[in-house]
Amino acid sequence: MIGVGKIKQYSNVLEKPLSKGKQEVSLSAFAFLFSELVQYNQTQVDNIAELERRLEDAGYAVGARVLELLCHRDKGNRRETRLLGILSFVHSTVWKVLFGKVADSLEKGTEHEDEYMISEKELLVNRFISIPKDMGTFNCGAFVAGIVRGVLDSAGFPAVVTAHFVPMEGQQRPRTTILIKFAEEVLRREARLG
Amino acid sequence: MATTACFIIVSRNDIPIYEAEVGSATKREDAAQMHQFILHAALDIVQDLAWTTSAMYLKAIDRFMLLHDSRNDDGIKSFFQEVHELYIKILLNPLYLPGSRITSSHFDTKVRALARKYL
Repeated sequence: MIGVGKIKQYSNVLEKPLSKGKQEVSLSAFAFLFSELVQYNQTQVDNIAELERRLEDAGYAVGARVLELLCHRDKGNRRETRLLGILSFVHSTVWKVLFGKVADSLEKGTEHEDEYMISEKELLVNRFISIPKDMGTFNCGAFVAGIVRGVLDSAGFPAVVTAHFVPMEGQQRPRTTILIKFAEEVLRREARLG
Repeated sequence: MATTACFIIVSRNDIPIYEAEVGSATKREDAAQMHQFILHAALDIVQDLAWTTSAMYLKAIDRFMLLHDSRNDDGIKSFFQEVHELYIKILLNPLYLPGSRITSSHFDTKVRALARKYL
């Protein structure tokens, strides 16, 4: 088994040092755990929206913790107060820690001022997922959307975050877009800060 | 030196999740209520200040708040840093619900030890 025997035992979580970053987890282990998460939640719900909401909630708890940890570890106890700052924090720092790479793109929505999109050609959680026809628009990226919402919300930028498939020309698999729609108060504050 | 201090952690929804009286001075009876009152009033200042800077340590106050009589900025700063670290560790525990009260006795002991060390 991986890692058994070498890990030092601590009597309490408070004794454990925080700075130990960059530990990688096997992809198959993660994929297995994630598929179990989806399957379990599937047994608990009777419609797709509810399933997505549950995945999002699971992600939210991750996001809230990731934010606090990364602020401490990578940013020397500084927090982001500006909208673009927090977005690029999510796009680069958070993505790197979670998926080992920066997200493929970060764009501003063309139709609405308050919408931003983070796109990923092959999102880690969707890599081994194919959606059956009868599940319609269901997207397991809801978990990642939840993480993003958790980070943003805890940093004081409440937003509605959803995951969508966007078909790409010349490619078999659609890419996944995480759509972030900020709450009105965030934009008002942003305008005030200039 | 007889100093007295009161330390609280406030969640994002302005609910205190941890409180501790630290310090060595003999306590007046109403001290505890008095401290709480002042700290809660200070929350308003935090709200005004919080969005003007990206520093965690506001020099005045933050989500961690300490009311103190001794003037020892460096000590207070390192105290906050270490308590913040402890707080993150508590937060990372999947069984801890963000925003709920911190009841861990280990946390309490550690905070008090830090207070003795730095304040």
